[in-house]
Amino acid sequence: MSSVSVRDVTVAFEAVQVFDGLSLDIQEGEFIVLLGPSGCGKSTLLNAIAGLLDVAEGQIWINGKNVTWEEPKDRGIAMVFQSYALYPRMSVRENMSFGLKMARTPKPEIERRVARAAELLQITPLLDRRPDQLSGGQRQRVAIGRALVRDAAVFLFDEPLSNLDAKLRNELRVEIKRLHARLGKTTMVYVTHDQIEAMTLADRIVVMKEQKIQQIGTPDEIYHRPANLFVAGFVGSPQMNFIKGRIENTGEGLSFLSGERRLSLAGYQFAATPLPGREVVLGIRPEHLKISGAGTWPGFKVDIVEPMGADTVIWCSDGAGSVQVRIAGSRRPAPGESVTLHVDPTEVSLFAADSGERL
Amino acid sequence: MNAVVPQGRRPRHLTAGRIGIYAFLATAALFFLLPLWIMVVTSLKPMEEIRMGNILALPAAMTFEAWTKAWSSACTGLECNGISVGFWNSVRILVPSVILSIIVGAINGYALSFWRVRGANVMFGVLLLGAFIPYQVFLYPLVRIFSLTGIYNSLTCIVLVHVIFGLPTMTLLFRNYYAGLPIELFKAARIDGGGFWSIFLRVILPMSTPILVVATILQVTGIWNDFIFGLTFAGRQNLPMTVQLNNIVNSTQGERAYNVDMAATMLAALVPLVVYFVSGRWFVRGIAAGAVKG
Repeated sequence: MSSVSVRDVTVAFEAVQVFDGLSLDIQEGEFIVLLGPSGCGKSTLLNAIAGLLDVAEGQIWINGKNVTWEEPKDRGIAMVFQSYALYPRMSVRENMSFGLKMARTPKPEIERRVARAAELLQITPLLDRRPDQLSGGQRQRVAIGRALVRDAAVFLFDEPLSNLDAKLRNELRVEIKRLHARLGKTTMVYVTHDQIEAMTLADRIVVMKEQKIQQIGTPDEIYHRPANLFVAGFVGSPQMNFIKGRIENTGEGLSFLSGERRLSLAGYQFAATPLPGREVVLGIRPEHLKISGAGTWPGFKVDIVEPMGADTVIWCSDGAGSVQVRIAGSRRPAPGESVTLHVDPTEVSLFAADSGERL
Repeated sequence: MNAVVPQGRRPRHLTAGRIGIYAFLATAALFFLLPLWIMVVTSLKPMEEIRMGNILALPAAMTFEAWTKAWSSACTGLECNGISVGFWNSVRILVPSVILSIIVGAINGYALSFWRVRGANVMFGVLLLGAFIPYQVFLYPLVRIFSLTGIYNSLTCIVLVHVIFGLPTMTLLFRNYYAGLPIELFKAARIDGGGFWSIFLRVILPMSTPILVVATILQVTGIWNDFIFGLTFAGRQNLPMTVQLNNIVNSTQGERAYNVDMAATMLAALVPLVVYFVSGRWFVRGIAAGAVKG
């Protein structure tokens, strides 16, 4: 049974319609990340699931129940916000028990649940403090705790880590993942524009752009088999290299041709074999390019070297264009050095130049 | 070569421009303080001294007689009970008017900024338009309406008028303040199961202290200084202090008792004065909140 199901949903903002019949099925216990640039509609979708936005068309199902017309509190969800949204005049304990009080939960039960959530998040010593006496990381922990006490089947996260500094972000990211594992059957829907969060947390990633789903897949699928140019370019840092060219039929099968460069596509898994002469864009991740003595493409020169600690990114150019190559951090080629690039055709992606779709 | 090595705080020099500015500020301050000075010294002088005409001089024989007379025995027409009657009338008008108008304004602002009421913008526009129409236009129709309903010339009537006319400003004030609060707080409260009233009372109102103070200041000074509504709607029994003051100053037989007039005026101005002095910072904030974010 799917835990959250969005069926042909359209949301109307005054005169503007967004989504235009968007559908998405989320399994029970799944960790789904909605990933995309700002303005892609990921937060709007989350708000629609939460019931904070009315949908104009379509249905939203949560746990086998049509909740399209239900109030947020009746949908069996809990939500964590980017700005924490803690009630400033209440203590941590009051913040966490507010929802239960509204639902007229008996006092001992409230205390039991708050104590359990506080222990799980290690915020027990903070229970009597006010939000303004907490650090950012502590505040977000409390906000997660407030969601936790609701015993909801579905957790909604709206960019929960975006307001934190890099170190805290990493810490809390791991903690959210641990929490998901420990809660077991809890479904999590997590909105972010940070691809690292998406890659590390998600069971499946939903990449969105301009109110449309671009691709739904596991982090591996998204990273290694991006469905189109947008996904390929948005996920991955440093960015995937794109080289324009066309498909030619040489003696030993199909090849990619770009100026002097040639790459035999034997071993590439085509979705549908394209006709020779088709204009395409070849996508190669920086770590899939090797600098070796004997290789596919000779004649490149090292342009810029960016040491990043664990690895080194070098920009290589050959007059026609430049590509980024990721090599081991211990290697530091000197700028100006000649290199030959080696490409494995099973690791590249080919996109149609006109539509941007994967071939 | 420069002999002084620049280091630490940059030295400040008193330039001609700066002296000019200070001189202008001092003159302006004196200019605006002069009336207050004249009122205070005149109210403390006996009539003989006032007749001598040294309007700026300190009182030679200081006396509080004029103040006690103004408070308890100055004549307003036929009755001679002083301005104290008006003071208590004003208090009785002020307290319910301030409380009610703030409550209504806060609820209005809350509903308009957080709940997507249908036609909210149109409603708010109409309300604001009302604020720009001169009061005098409303007087006659309101008098007719209140006479028909039978509450004309009563405390209820004047309080109602103040609440109605405070509505645009109060709504604007609270709406703008609430628009500045993070909408996510409201969303969190909705998910936690709060309804219209429980979110307002438990989440929003506890965060409203600054704007409540500002609203109180605006309403207290505004309603206390009102003249025309009090005169028109309060009825003879409830005439506010401002109207009584006017009656005292205008109903003089024989010699005009300048010292009593001045003392009575000071007494009438005392409440707003105290409010200004105690709450200057908040008052400025209130004006800024209304003007900048509107």
